[in-house]
Amino acid sequence: MATITTSPTQQRAIEMNVLARKQRSLWQDALWRLRRNKAAMLGLAIIALAALMAIFAPWIAPYDPTVNDTAHNNMDPVFVGGQFTNPKFFLGSDELGRDILSRLIWSSRISIVVGLVPTSLVFVIGASLGMLAAFYGGWIDNLLMRFTDIIYAFPDLLFLVIIMATLRNSPVGDIMGGLLLMFVALAIVSWVGLARLVRGQVLSLKEKEFVEAARAIGVPTRRIMARHLFPNALAPVIVALAFSIPGAMLAEATLSFIGIGIKPPTATWGVMINEGFVVFSQSPWPTLLPAFCISIVMLAFTFVGDGLRDALDPRMKN
Amino acid sequence: MPELLEVKDLKTQFFTRDGVVHAVDGVSFELAAGETLGIVGESGCGKSVTALSLMRLIPQPPGKIVEGSIMFDGQDVLKMDDDDVRAIRGNNIAMIFQDPMTSLNPVLTISRQISEALELHLKMDKAEAKKRTIELLELVNIPSAKKRADDYPHQFSGGMRQRVMIAMALSCNPKLILADEPTTALDVTIQAQILDLLKNLAREFRTAFILITHDLGVVAGMTQRIHVMYGGQIVEKADTGELFANPKMPYTWGLLRSIPRLDESRKAKLLPIEGLPPDLIAPPPGCRFEPRCQYRREICAQQVPELKHIPNAKPDHEARCFGTQEGGWLANTDWRQDVGNAKELEAIKLEVADLPPEMKRIEAAGETRPSP
Repeated sequence: MATITTSPTQQRAIEMNVLARKQRSLWQDALWRLRRNKAAMLGLAIIALAALMAIFAPWIAPYDPTVNDTAHNNMDPVFVGGQFTNPKFFLGSDELGRDILSRLIWSSRISIVVGLVPTSLVFVIGASLGMLAAFYGGWIDNLLMRFTDIIYAFPDLLFLVIIMATLRNSPVGDIMGGLLLMFVALAIVSWVGLARLVRGQVLSLKEKEFVEAARAIGVPTRRIMARHLFPNALAPVIVALAFSIPGAMLAEATLSFIGIGIKPPTATWGVMINEGFVVFSQSPWPTLLPAFCISIVMLAFTFVGDGLRDALDPRMKN
Repeated sequence: MPELLEVKDLKTQFFTRDGVVHAVDGVSFELAAGETLGIVGESGCGKSVTALSLMRLIPQPPGKIVEGSIMFDGQDVLKMDDDDVRAIRGNNIAMIFQDPMTSLNPVLTISRQISEALELHLKMDKAEAKKRTIELLELVNIPSAKKRADDYPHQFSGGMRQRVMIAMALSCNPKLILADEPTTALDVTIQAQILDLLKNLAREFRTAFILITHDLGVVAGMTQRIHVMYGGQIVEKADTGELFANPKMPYTWGLLRSIPRLDESRKAKLLPIEGLPPDLIAPPPGCRFEPRCQYRREICAQQVPELKHIPNAKPDHEARCFGTQEGGWLANTDWRQDVGNAKELEAIKLEVADLPPEMKRIEAAGETRPSP
């Protein structure tokens, strides 16, 4: 067997090669793992598509989603065939003769903002309260966490129904077509889970030696929180947020379905299911199509959430 | 010479559900600028709490420094407000922690972590701090420092990380470095390298350091003086050479007997210190070591011995033992030959045998600690 010999220069080259290897942060590692997850990438593609659809809705949608055409109402989608179809309406029309395809496209706008805005609010409220409670402990922790427990004790849907039902018809309910109220209601209900998560994370992190080491070099409290604790607690928070986006979308759809969500004639998938349900015995399409859209987007977010979890914490993958 | 650090009668206590733990109970010592000191003792004797007290890093609650003064550079650390203490931490007093695997923040690059102290205390801007960081990494012998500076902690081995911790401690050119068991988590070959590095750099920069360890072998070549701690108190103070040549406290004898020696026959048995360290919630009323001491007499359980100068020893050699102090019964005892009263030893072993099983397990775990 031949022995492999390396000259000093070769040896040096090998060493240099090791050193020249690209530095990767934890985040870059996670991104790399996420990229290799096919389900997550499919999910991201679907979300990107939905986002594009939402952004370019005015150009993509063939008709105005709120214009009635009572002469051509209750049309079936073209692919169903039969006499109740009209080539004008590819996915059919609803009771008032509005084009379902256009309404579906416009609805994605509402769904996307309803997914994103309350989740950002949840992030700000939950993360800051959880962090304050855990870091300062004592009576601050007690006060904040008991408050959290009280909110947590309410059934989510009941809480949402109470807020929406009481405020929907007040002036607050009209700001931004009812969207603002929806954002606030969803945020109020769902920040508690995140606050608890962040608190738990920070509680365990603040006992770590690197925090003590930071203190030992004289780093002020606020900087320890922002620079040492927060980035370390971020991974599970990102995963929780990824799952909270479809949760908010579903909540909006649910509320709109039972008639206390976004006010018609604004099109949202939930509103469409609500309206389609009335004619369900004649034609299931006005109900099924928006339901299908909701399912697909929810599934996409779940894929991404799972992918993020596996990417950020490879130990949890089994 | 004016002292850099003067600790007087320091008492740090932890208020727990089971009672008040007297973790540090009346510790006094001095340290001159550039001087090196070893604090030795077994687990739970108050070494680390002493170090943390010096920087006021005791978690409060449950801990509290209840008495004493810590004069650092002419100022009492215990009377400063929080901002002043923060200005001292890392700047004048720096600390090296035990486990380099956990004392670096996993999400920040090495250079950002070292720069932090430079930016905070020396008000350097980012570029200056980065430059100085690379110099520091070179100083602690990290190869290709310029490239490694942007690496994350997980890309470094344990020994490398401890070098980074040393670089961090040295960053603001402190007057005092506290090294709390800096090599316990490292393997033996790396241990020696890290200790050498610490010693040489401290000498080069005329930095005083306090090395805290449970391992007499570690301090032997490292520090000028050694203080032995037991049960929250200093029980013996001496120059390093003097302590090894002429120890004057049965606890120190016990520690020395339990170190394997190269010049001893292979058959010689290591003699452990029988018994358990004292419960610091209710410490023994007399000498803290009395319950485990084979040389004990009645007086040891009744009166508390003072830390006093020992006859037939160097002038600054002090011990807390009635037996070796003026007129004591151990004045002429050769600890290598005379291992104490066999009857007392049996009594101590029996006492341990009577303990509930969960306590015994603690003792068993204590004995498996790595020996030097």
